[in-house]
Amino acid sequence: MKLDINGTAHEVDAAPDMPLLWALRDIVGLTGTKFGCGASLCGACTVHVDGQATRACVTPLASVAGRRITTIEGVAASELGRKVQAAWIAEDVPQCGYCQSGQIMSAVSLLAQKPHPSDAEIRSAMNGNLCRCGTYNRIHQAIRRAAEA
Amino acid sequence: MNTLVASRRSFLKVGAAAAGGLVIGLALPVRTRAAATAAPADTAINAYVRVATDGRVTLLVPKSEMGQGIYTGFAQVLAEELEVPLATVVIEAAPVAAVYNASFAPIQFTGGSMSMSSSFELLRRAGAAARSMLVSAAAAELGVPASTLSAADGHVVHGASGRRLAYGALAVRAAALPAPADPVLKSPADWKLIGKAVPRLDTRAKVEGSAEFGLDVRLPGMVYAVVARAPTFGGSVAKLDASAAKAVPGVVAVREVPSGVAVLATNTWAATRGRAALRIDWTPGAGAGVSTTRLAAEFAARAREPGTVVVERGDVGQAGPGRALEADFATPYLAHAPMEPLNCAVAFADGRCDVYTGTQFQTVDRAAAAAVAGLAPEQVHVHTTLLGGGFGRRANPSSDFVREAVAVAKGHPTPVMTVWTREDDLQGGYYRPLSHDRLTATLGTDGHPATWTHTIVSQSIVAGTPFEKMMIDPKTGLDATQHEGASDLPYAIPSVRVAGHTAKVPVPVLWWRSVGHTHTAFAVESFIDECATTARQDPVAYRTALLGAEPRHLAVLKLAAEKAGWGTPLPHGRARGVAVHASFGSVVAEVAEVSLVDGRPKVHRVVAAIHCGLAVNPGQVAYQVESAICFGLSAALYGEITLEDGRVQQSNFGDYAPLRHEEMPAVEVHIVPSSAAPTGVGEPGTPVIAPAVANALAALTGVRARRLPLAHTAFTAPPA
Ligand code: FES
Ligand code: FES
Repeated sequence: MKLDINGTAHEVDAAPDMPLLWALRDIVGLTGTKFGCGASLCGACTVHVDGQATRACVTPLASVAGRRITTIEGVAASELGRKVQAAWIAEDVPQCGYCQSGQIMSAVSLLAQKPHPSDAEIRSAMNGNLCRCGTYNRIHQAIRRAAEA
Repeated sequence: MNTLVASRRSFLKVGAAAAGGLVIGLALPVRTRAAATAAPADTAINAYVRVATDGRVTLLVPKSEMGQGIYTGFAQVLAEELEVPLATVVIEAAPVAAVYNASFAPIQFTGGSMSMSSSFELLRRAGAAARSMLVSAAAAELGVPASTLSAADGHVVHGASGRRLAYGALAVRAAALPAPADPVLKSPADWKLIGKAVPRLDTRAKVEGSAEFGLDVRLPGMVYAVVARAPTFGGSVAKLDASAAKAVPGVVAVREVPSGVAVLATNTWAATRGRAALRIDWTPGAGAGVSTTRLAAEFAARAREPGTVVVERGDVGQAGPGRALEADFATPYLAHAPMEPLNCAVAFADGRCDVYTGTQFQTVDRAAAAAVAGLAPEQVHVHTTLLGGGFGRRANPSSDFVREAVAVAKGHPTPVMTVWTREDDLQGGYYRPLSHDRLTATLGTDGHPATWTHTIVSQSIVAGTPFEKMMIDPKTGLDATQHEGASDLPYAIPSVRVAGHTAKVPVPVLWWRSVGHTHTAFAVESFIDECATTARQDPVAYRTALLGAEPRHLAVLKLAAEKAGWGTPLPHGRARGVAVHASFGSVVAEVAEVSLVDGRPKVHRVVAAIHCGLAVNPGQVAYQVESAICFGLSAALYGEITLEDGRVQQSNFGDYAPLRHEEMPAVEVHIVPSSAAPTGVGEPGTPVIAPAVANALAALTGVRARRLPLAHTAFTAPPA
């Protein structure tokens, strides 16, 4: 199967119903996208498919063949991606860091659709991304900072 | 070790072991494993400091980074004394070696909020010793007395001539010198890094997705395994039919291990599919009949029996003239549920076994791995990766996930990573123990408690583990974690009795961020609040009057109350609650502001104050307290693992719900300024939030929660 990941074509030999998450991590070797729940409940596996935030753990490979997949490793290719990562660094957001790839991917997707989100819009767009370390308030500030940058 | 810097031979050994180990690139520029092998020769100055010929300084950190910022904190202290700019150092996880054992126990581990408090002086001395050796090397090089030289920015400087020698050029010579027995430490007045809120060193790697957690380890030829474990604790395989599993594409082997049946495959997904195709009849184990509903009732009944006394002073039979109060508090089993599910990669090669995992328990896990592998501990190499959260789950005296992963890989021709799914992680046991706390008090004429009794029923965490001897008091038979936070009651009450019962339940339990304090703080701080309101006194003033002998408690209570605007009016439908509790050497007070939304508690704002001695990195101290509040609030509002017929009823984040972004309150953390020795930071914020919120809800509705999570209590909003 042909996958377009971060602008590079990958030929992936895997079953069409394999979730994208495992193809990225175990076959392509891009481990920045994380496994947290496998059931679309935590957002750790968030990637972009044609620019849309997508939970890779419940996305079969067959549904993304030939579409544009962006992972945390490729998000800096866009100006918005770089801006969000810079805001994350400025706010020193991560603690353990495990959820942060998914948080950043969700934040970039939010800002792509709504460059100036309200606090309520940020909360609701980010509500699917769990953080056990409690970094939510700094995530919120980082999104505000990126929106104002 | 008593000499901070052990013999040079052991340093060189450590250095060599580390160089061959897993190097985690964290600082800028990110150092990858490939880059590490290509780097110019590193010279170990001591167990914590290596200097390369190009001047690159590597600091080895023997504590596990699980979000608490310890890599940054340790680097701050070492770099301060070593006189190197923090931005240029590389952090590396130390290998397992006796030189890295805790100052108070013969093991290398991370826990008890003790990393900084137990290492601060040692790190200062290690940094200063390395600096002094580099200065001595420069003195020999330049033929000038060492007293005419100073160190700054990774260089030794001869002030008189202006000559500067880079550390990189001095390292080999310095390493050959004897370590000074008593290196001169910098004066706190000259600190540039200690006490400063410097940014974390691991942020960029975590923002770019390049930080390597246990689950990200990739070894040549590695396959992935998931294990089918018995549905009830203590169960075992009676009959196995693996034919369908073996037919799943990608599955390479099915292996029986002591904990169940492992399915090995070329990717994690194939392994889980293979596992789903296993047909297994299980023999029910000791845990087959466990019901938490029944357990809670049994514990409640037992709490009415006297129990083994831990503290007895005055005469609790001599009731005060005022009101008598009694209350029972029930707290459930809790899973740690770190965002990164458990995992452990294992590779065997002739005469050695390499274990790659995010562990908090290096020495214990190495011994367990060696026992399973049939090797000596020195033949097992534990490589500590970053941890995607720990909270105590990765510090298991039983080494469950390491032991199992070694069994899965043993005899398999390639490296194997054993992966736990979220369901495995939540249902695999090692929970915060279910507990029952029963309290009684009688009040004196001043409204203050004249008598106080506290009876606890819970499981012991360490019974049956190698820690039993160390942590169970032979006089009482109780494990200190059962009554911590109760037996050290800070309130001046004339007659006190604290007693405990140990229940034996076939459900594995473990320390969970702040351990015993999670139930005792809820019980004590809810009950003292109830005493205050029964006496019609202000909860802050009431506590203050009873805390005369506890300056840290008084300081945080005052600071949190002031910053929260305690006593100032709130909009209708909102109320404040307060709690204060000491744990891990520190004291935290929290004021929570709550309302009810559709009958459910909503926490709007939490103002916290912490006294933790010297705050080595005030930014990270505050962030840890905020983290602890989120973690404790998840548990207070929703957290609960229940069992019926021996089966855990929760399976994923749908029914074991951590706090989400929308529910996170605004948090303010204030630090009491102090130059006293550092005390714990990672845990002490956790146990305070449940009683602070429960007390706020009582202030709002008059209803006192007797059980966690709070979702079990019906609160009704006050009439408009
Ligand atoms: S791993 Fe995909 S949402 Fe949790
Ligand atoms: S930073 Fe640890 S889970 Fe979010």
